[in-house]
Amino acid sequence: MNWMDYIAAAPEMTLLGLICAVMIADLFIENENRIVTFWLSMASLVITAVVLYATAPEVRTVVFYGAYVSDPLSQVLKLGAVVLVGVSFLYARDYLRANDLHKGEYYLLGLFGLLGMMIMMSANSLLTMYLGLETLALSMYALVAIDRHNVTSAESAMKYFVLGAIASGALLYGISWVYGVTGSLQFHEIAAALDANPGLNSLPLWFGLAFLIVGIAFKFGAVPFHMWLPDVYQGARTPVTLYLATAPKLAALALLFRVLVDGLGSLHDTWSTMIMFVAVLSILVGNVIAIAQTNIKRMLGYSTIAHVGFILLAVYTGTDAGYASALFYALTYVVAAAGAFGIVILLSRRGYDAELLSDFKGLNTRSPWFALMMLFLMFSMAGVPPFVGFLSKLYVISAVLEIGGTGLAIMMVLASVIGAYYYLRVIWYMYFEENEDKAVLQANTDTRVVLSLNSLAVLALGIVPGWLLALCVQVVGW
Amino acid sequence: MLTNYLLSFLIWLPVVGGLALLAIGDDGDAESSQAGLMRKAALAFTILTFLASIGLYLAFDNAEPGMQFVERVLWIETFNVWYYLGVDGISAPLILLTTFITPLVVIAGWDSIKSRPAQYFAAFLILEGLMIGVFSALDGLLFYVFWEAMLIPMFLIIGVWGGERRVYATLKFFLYTFLGSVLMLVAFIYLYLQTGGFNLFSFMNVPIGMTAQKLIFLAFLVAFAVKVPMWPVHTWLPDAHVEAPTGGSVILAAIMLKMGGYGFVRLSLPIVPDGSAYFSGLMIALSLIAIVYIGFVALMQKDMKKLIAYSSIAHMGFVTLGMFLLWWIAADTGAGLGMTGAMVQMISHGLISGAMFLCVGVLYDRMHSRRIADYGGVANTMPVFASFMVLFAMANAGLPGTSGFVGEFMVIIASFKANFWFAFLAATTLVLGAAYTLWMVKRVLYGEVANSNVAELKDLNSREFIVLAILAASVLLVGLWPAPLVDMMNTTIEQLMQQVGQSKL
Repeated sequence: MNWMDYIAAAPEMTLLGLICAVMIADLFIENENRIVTFWLSMASLVITAVVLYATAPEVRTVVFYGAYVSDPLSQVLKLGAVVLVGVSFLYARDYLRANDLHKGEYYLLGLFGLLGMMIMMSANSLLTMYLGLETLALSMYALVAIDRHNVTSAESAMKYFVLGAIASGALLYGISWVYGVTGSLQFHEIAAALDANPGLNSLPLWFGLAFLIVGIAFKFGAVPFHMWLPDVYQGARTPVTLYLATAPKLAALALLFRVLVDGLGSLHDTWSTMIMFVAVLSILVGNVIAIAQTNIKRMLGYSTIAHVGFILLAVYTGTDAGYASALFYALTYVVAAAGAFGIVILLSRRGYDAELLSDFKGLNTRSPWFALMMLFLMFSMAGVPPFVGFLSKLYVISAVLEIGGTGLAIMMVLASVIGAYYYLRVIWYMYFEENEDKAVLQANTDTRVVLSLNSLAVLALGIVPGWLLALCVQVVGW
Repeated sequence: MLTNYLLSFLIWLPVVGGLALLAIGDDGDAESSQAGLMRKAALAFTILTFLASIGLYLAFDNAEPGMQFVERVLWIETFNVWYYLGVDGISAPLILLTTFITPLVVIAGWDSIKSRPAQYFAAFLILEGLMIGVFSALDGLLFYVFWEAMLIPMFLIIGVWGGERRVYATLKFFLYTFLGSVLMLVAFIYLYLQTGGFNLFSFMNVPIGMTAQKLIFLAFLVAFAVKVPMWPVHTWLPDAHVEAPTGGSVILAAIMLKMGGYGFVRLSLPIVPDGSAYFSGLMIALSLIAIVYIGFVALMQKDMKKLIAYSSIAHMGFVTLGMFLLWWIAADTGAGLGMTGAMVQMISHGLISGAMFLCVGVLYDRMHSRRIADYGGVANTMPVFASFMVLFAMANAGLPGTSGFVGEFMVIIASFKANFWFAFLAATTLVLGAAYTLWMVKRVLYGEVANSNVAELKDLNSREFIVLAILAASVLLVGLWPAPLVDMMNTTIEQLMQQVGQSKL
């Protein structure tokens, strides 16, 4: 170990130090001045982003005796996570203040979760991975319960905690089998062991692999391990849902890449079948059940499940194009998800949570601008050009067709048509219906500007996608 | 040269205008000066686009069989997608039709749109740009982007400004066409993986096996058949037409239906000629069913818009019939005639159906009813309007001297060369078309004044008069002197015939 190790892990260490500082500072802040905690948290994020940028490695760097890796993939994902957490904080601020929830805990737990995600993204060993995962998961359980007097929040936190603990157990159990068979916890050593001794690729390893996939599928919320997701999305307060729905998806993608591709890449034939079933079920179940929802958060939850199915199918291909498309899909999806939940928050006000689809009625009268923004986001999620959601679907479909998956490709496009219905319904409510509720939307200028930029990003990325596509290809091919 | 960027200008000028209108927005009052300004701005943008398209017509070289006004810039490197535009004798007339109809639609919506005029006109402007994009895109993915993006403004036009069952109609419209197009996307991606890009010309040149050709043809067929629409996937059209506001119906009938026909010519025939040959019998059968069966269905309609919608389906049957006849005609006897007829029919139907929907719109604005039974004796109170409507009805029935005659006649001649029974069935339209159109005209315009509402009708105002007069003039012009239009297409169609004649197996 030398000082280079600390440079590679500098962003995480900086963030940890800053979190501790903010936490102590928060103790001395009166409730009415809580906004200071918000600005301190935002400053921590900015500093972390700067450190991330400054320590961007030119080559893949493995440090801390092989436990930790710093490579372009982790840099891109971390930067994405930092930006998304910042955006979540900003959207959440006004809502939390209006609903007497403006406590330092939201920001601090959010930052701790971010730390967990960053550790996951840089993990090079199964234990580091698990460490990051649990840091993230514990923060999220607490975040869901942040409004402890709210029965549904408490219930969904409990549900999330119990199911999450079981999934973590499954993951840990799988890790122990993989360790037992290959004799190592580090991804590159596992891969080397499998290459050196193909005889290891047998039932005991597959047994462990199945548990790993259960754990990963749970974290992603993929069918059939999705049951917690709609309940938690609906039960958590909207800013928490926003947090859950965005950055952790990138961490889950990192989990998938690190474990299945870096570590168990030579078992592709075995895990790809499992992933395919999970993915196909997610796309079908997510899209079909979303149609029946009346709660917008729940609907977006099921829509997440469907999108996760697309990401998993991209990974299923096992090709570089497939991995790049998974990364592109995840990055663009979380942008759209952040915008959509941001608008749900925007529609809420003191004592009133806009949770139902019918709350979107007449939005075009109340605020033509944000109705248009929501229209962009919904059409992007539905995969209609010129929005970026179309290109991400196109990329995944072309990766799947490339390995001869014509049937899967047709399934994906037909499922998109089914999915289009519930996105269109949001637009239908916004534009074709009127609402008695004519209340003007309340939001500060900074929220409005960022929310608009966030929504316009799905259009801009759809028209100028070249750089992000090139980045994804480059990062994955490293 | 300025003409190097003419197509981009035609596409983006209305889109930018539409975005500007959206940005300024409505102030909640349709009578305010801001709303008036929005109307004028929309008209200015559409007229400017039309004038620019006249430049396209003047600079167009009829003798050139290839693409003209080509623009080519790399767009998405990862997929090798190019911003690749160009027009030939097939697409240029359709672009002219688009730029010609849109200002008329803006004028037609001048007074009748009371809610959110800025958004209404913005939707039409953006739609216009995207439609021109469809007709000029030479890159498969670019084509698909325009093709799908077009659905968004139309979805809103029907849904926001439509009639009572507008939500049902617009969802049906969107999901039907979306379902049709996603399979085309799969076909595009398949071709992309074969050729390494989305260039339509490399799609046309790459050899494709027979099974793949059949599957690709079917994927394209679903997309285009829904759009045309062909029997039996036509059911969205009557609903969409009935519920759409007048302007939406006009654009839908005059231009968006043509996209289906254009798709067959631009994509299906040259990319999968053997697949097209294999399925040509099916296509002819479906076209003849549309002509005969839908003709009978039109006869029984009680709603004017529905009747015109069904008549559109029947007339579009001629387009698909004309296109797929060519394998049934010996090459030396003028196989191109059916194709030329189909193309002329597309333009002519664009003018006539647009005019018919505008006529219904004129009545609807006054009476708020589309039911034929609510009318009668309109000619007594609105004589000027009645003369226009009779002219358009005659054109719809295919009367010689109007544009409706030219295309149908060419297609019928071509089908005679193919098979007597094709021609026999196709020619029934001359009877059926006359029957349903003229019977409607008789019930609406003639007879005794049916009720007090009809008695109080006011004749056309100057705006309506201008719109209908321009359309009447163009219907007669194409009918009496189709040569400029046919000359524009000829070279391209000859080249297309050669291309389609060569097997790609």
